[in-house]
Amino acid sequence: MSNTTQAMYTETPFVRTKRRYQGLAKYIFMSMTLLMILPLILIVGYLFVKAAPVLSLDFIFTNPIRGMRDGGIWAALLGTIYLVVISLVTSAPIGVLAAVYLNEYAKDNWFTRIINLAVVNLAGVPSIVHALFGLGAFVLFAGMGRSIIAASLTLGIMTLPVIIASTKEALGAVPIAFREACWNVGATRWQTIRSIVLPNSISGILTGIILQVSRAAGETAPIMFTGAVFFKAIPEGDLLAYGIFDQCMALSMHLFTISTQVPNVPTALPYGTAVVLLGTVLLVNAVAIVLRVYLRSRKKW
Amino acid sequence: MSDAKKKKIEINNLVVKYEDKTALKGISFDVYENEILGVIGPAQSGKTSMLKVINRTIEFIPEAKAEGVVKVDGEDVMKMKNVYELRRKVGMVFPLPVGLPLSIYDNVAFAPRAAGIRNKTDLDELVERCLKQSALWDEVKDRLDSLGTKLSGGQQQRLTIARALSHQPEILCLDEFSIAVDPVTTMRIEDVLKELRSEMTIILVTNLVQQARRLANRTAFIFNGDLIEIDDNDVIFSEKPAQKMTYDYVNGNFG
Repeated sequence: MSNTTQAMYTETPFVRTKRRYQGLAKYIFMSMTLLMILPLILIVGYLFVKAAPVLSLDFIFTNPIRGMRDGGIWAALLGTIYLVVISLVTSAPIGVLAAVYLNEYAKDNWFTRIINLAVVNLAGVPSIVHALFGLGAFVLFAGMGRSIIAASLTLGIMTLPVIIASTKEALGAVPIAFREACWNVGATRWQTIRSIVLPNSISGILTGIILQVSRAAGETAPIMFTGAVFFKAIPEGDLLAYGIFDQCMALSMHLFTISTQVPNVPTALPYGTAVVLLGTVLLVNAVAIVLRVYLRSRKKW
Repeated sequence: MSDAKKKKIEINNLVVKYEDKTALKGISFDVYENEILGVIGPAQSGKTSMLKVINRTIEFIPEAKAEGVVKVDGEDVMKMKNVYELRRKVGMVFPLPVGLPLSIYDNVAFAPRAAGIRNKTDLDELVERCLKQSALWDEVKDRLDSLGTKLSGGQQQRLTIARALSHQPEILCLDEFSIAVDPVTTMRIEDVLKELRSEMTIILVTNLVQQARRLANRTAFIFNGDLIEIDDNDVIFSEKPAQKMTYDYVNGNFG
């Protein structure tokens, strides 16, 4: 008896093999993580080094001058902010409410299944296709012309399916047992959603929406056809410089223009533009992370 | 049986089907006012499906279909317009405790609030009474604002019972309530059930045959979707119940 007990705790060849595989697996996963981080650091570092000569507050708050070969990016930055804010203000409420309907109310029948399938497929449609749709629907058919509102709505259409999908996921993460417990005591679906489901999924919903900010800010194609222009001078430092039926500049479009369309641009300019675009997106993402941590800390199970 | 007793629930030829199997194959019986009806039978015999028909939460299971008539207070539950009132009338406690992600106080006050009770004093009183009835008050009275989900499993189950009592039901359905509760607490809750009998009708679904014997007035034996026998406890737990199968199940020499 004591012999077998001893034998149980000694290292057998099988145990050694297990250990070796477990160590191997760990190093493979770790090296992939490092491999992922390395290019990121290189890209960001490279951008900052190249952009260093132009980076200053003036760069952010002045308009481009001398045929976009000098000056700042104010008009483009403000244009991007307009586009992103208006697109999210329109798509977030629609997306979240639609997701609540699909996840909480809709019966599981062929119709809902088709809608769900459509949402998933729409999320994968290339942005240039959304651009053509925006051109046809908003610019031409709805008669908005090439304008901030047309471009924003096009971006909104593009972000909508992703917001629906991420919101549905957040709602689905709330255990079904909570809902059943509420229904069992005579609460309506809406009472259940309001007091249990939404408070416990709000962090996931907000994260999903805010992540769409970076997507909306970075896309060039959808706004190129629908409202963004190469150049437009606006009053510097005036946050209300654009009207919603004006055309506007945008950071992503500006970056494209000065890197490929305008000759003899100092190399620091496009890099500076890229850093500001990246910085804007990172700032918004940082807000998302802080919000998420805060709401997580209030999570109740 | 004394026919003088008022029928609280009438179940008539109830069939519950899921997509590929039949959970209940047409059972009929009545539950009388202010009695404790024990329901015994092995797993998968349709006991929980039966409870879900009574408060009509079966309709939340898309693949489930219920046929037959279940009447509560003489009214067909399937035809009720105000299903929320029905669910308030029927308190439900399922085997796994569910503490809602709210404070202990709000867990118990949830149902009354959903029914429109806003008065703070009324709510305070109700919460205290329900927590006392479920034998939880002494343990949580100093921390009513802490989270219900942070309680231990047994405490959460008693919280679930308190919530089921919070909408002042006339019928209380307990489905294996003692699975997550220690024996001492189980005995305390059983004492509470004996007291509640004067106020409400109780259906006690249980795997513990002895629990049904201790508490129930009558006991129903359901097996594989069929009602094998329902009778007074004196008969069911005697040497000679009507069915040999009942005797075998009760005495643990089954199969």
